[in-house]
Amino acid sequence: MTALRERWHSASSAIGRRVDGLPKSARITGLLAFIAFLYVLPNKWFYEYLNIPGLWIPLYTTRNDMAAVLFYCAWIVLLSLGLNVVVGYAGLLDLGFFGFFAVGAYTVALLTSPESKLITEYNWLESPWPWLVTIPIAIALALLSGVLIGAPTLRLRGDYLAIVTLGFAEMIRIIAKNQDWILNGDRGIPQVAHPPGKYPDGTAIFQFEFKPYYWLLLTVIIGAVFLIRNLANSRVGRAWVAIREDEDAAELMGVPTFRFKLWAFAIGAAVGGLSGTLWAGQANFVNSSTFSLENSILVLAAVLLGGAGSIGGAILGGFLVIYIPEWLRSVGDVFGLPETATVFGNDFDVSPTSLRYFIFGILLIVVMIFRPQGLWPNRRRAAELKDRQKEVAVVE
Amino acid sequence: MDFAELVRGFPELTTTGLVQGAIYALIALGYTLVYGVLRLINFAHSEVFMIGTFGAIWTWAAFGLNSNSGAPSVGRALLLIALAIVAAALLSGSVALLIEVTAYRPLRRRNAPPLAFLITAIGASYALMELMGTLTQRRQVGAPALLPAKTLFSIGGWSVTPVQMLTLSVAIVMMVGLDWFVNRTRFGKGIRAVAQDANTAALMGVNKSRVIALVFVLGGLMAGVAAVFSDMKSGNTRYNIGFLLGLKAFSAAVLGGIGNLRGAAIGGVLLGLVENYGSALFGSQWRDLIAFVVLIVLLMFRPTGLLGESLGRARA
Repeated sequence: MTALRERWHSASSAIGRRVDGLPKSARITGLLAFIAFLYVLPNKWFYEYLNIPGLWIPLYTTRNDMAAVLFYCAWIVLLSLGLNVVVGYAGLLDLGFFGFFAVGAYTVALLTSPESKLITEYNWLESPWPWLVTIPIAIALALLSGVLIGAPTLRLRGDYLAIVTLGFAEMIRIIAKNQDWILNGDRGIPQVAHPPGKYPDGTAIFQFEFKPYYWLLLTVIIGAVFLIRNLANSRVGRAWVAIREDEDAAELMGVPTFRFKLWAFAIGAAVGGLSGTLWAGQANFVNSSTFSLENSILVLAAVLLGGAGSIGGAILGGFLVIYIPEWLRSVGDVFGLPETATVFGNDFDVSPTSLRYFIFGILLIVVMIFRPQGLWPNRRRAAELKDRQKEVAVVE
Repeated sequence: MDFAELVRGFPELTTTGLVQGAIYALIALGYTLVYGVLRLINFAHSEVFMIGTFGAIWTWAAFGLNSNSGAPSVGRALLLIALAIVAAALLSGSVALLIEVTAYRPLRRRNAPPLAFLITAIGASYALMELMGTLTQRRQVGAPALLPAKTLFSIGGWSVTPVQMLTLSVAIVMMVGLDWFVNRTRFGKGIRAVAQDANTAALMGVNKSRVIALVFVLGGLMAGVAAVFSDMKSGNTRYNIGFLLGLKAFSAAVLGGIGNLRGAAIGGVLLGLVENYGSALFGSQWRDLIAFVVLIVLLMFRPTGLLGESLGRARA
């Protein structure tokens, strides 16, 4: 087992060195080719040819439309990128990330839906606003809510911060679910505007088909990656790393820790809000059921599974936490697995569709045992963890 | 704001709040024990409780009782409840131990970062919840009504049903027993030593692995007992029942000061009471909100909870 692990480590680091050794032009070409691949991916004529010979199971999903699955993957990837700033860079454990998502989604819904109570009951607005105009407002409001929630709570540390953020997100959800003055409670807000844009023949691009939304999200993700990467390599990013490693030492060295923690929190919140606006634009309907704590936990799992503090890791993790359960649904079709099993006269649903989160849970445990630093860790963190592993506890 | 409702229903709100609080407190003890020793939020503990609720119902089903059968005689009912407590506690305890051995111990061996434990906890939680969902066809499972739903005794407007009486007395016995175990026995001394400084305790000859396993089992036992009373109180269970109750119990543990046994007990009872009074005041749809508001406001003023965090520290 250990020998296998050693070989795996040397092999993976060799690949890493080989990639680093490539000339810059080759790396950029490779990246561009990969991005082009991602843009073509939701097309049926393309992905059906991706059946790798010798592999029994196709890598695409057969139960659900691939474009829809990719849209949800991209959605969680964007959220993971935002949470990665908070958890990965600044080291703040945030369990209530979907609260900011809710702020973004509800802002768009309230301003663009003709059914919104701002129009029908309170006459604050003459007519619904276009989707695009509401985006900056939604992001600004999410950012502001990040500052408002962060300012009193960021003095708490570690696990207490986790429970307080969790509490705030649950409060936002319960208020959205129960109150009727603006947000319509459980009935939610229908007829949220879609993003603008028309094909040459006059039909709207953004309707209920998933493909254009996936492309839109992909473009937004590329922009977000670019921004977050630059931020992480700037003075701000270095301050975050210092805070994550040792908050007291950072403070003593003159890093205004509270201000930078608040920044990380607010930027994460803004990305969460942005993700909410895109989601509302696709779903056409917003109510509180999407903002459940389970989803916040799923995004956190995505960040840590991929490797906290690494952009590549956040993307990989976000993709996997949606894709693996969806892909597991198609496994049954390929192998012809039974859908139900009868034990003691009772029928049990044992189809991979039903068991997919069970398998996913086991996979999470196994991956973390073998790669506790995540699948694609940040280099500095990986090195630190390697040091940690040497100083194993005295007696086990 | 409905003060009349609060004043009129005060006795009943207090008793039901105490019962709910006792259930929260028993679950919260599991969170607090593990946190005190390992500094780890054991997110899978809610599923330990959930499996206990099924353990109790399966025990009763083995004696031919389901949600439609009539109430047995009092002696038989008490015997059945005692059996269910033992069965559910053993089942929950073994599941807690299983989680520790499969999901946490391998990571500790590798000295993994704290956040990695969070992910295996989430993984274990998914796996257990979905496994039970499949086993029970994702349906609600009813518990038999073992004790009559009439008033046992009432003193000046305060009436208590047999289920409430039993829940409170068993919960108190369990909590006092746990407190005695941790503070007065040799095993408890080991737990406190590891909580205080794991490596030094190990150097002094405490078997760290065994202490950690013991802590998980103790938490599981408490959750199993809570599970039986949760079944009897609400009359049914589901594969996802652990989520909300676990969340509340965890809040209760933080409220009292996580890592502090007496804090968890006080936090649980307080949360049960505040929730009941609050839902009478503001309407029952705000019940879950009140819990979190109280928690956040308290943490603003006392960042380490009511009694502060200490399993090994304060009385060491």
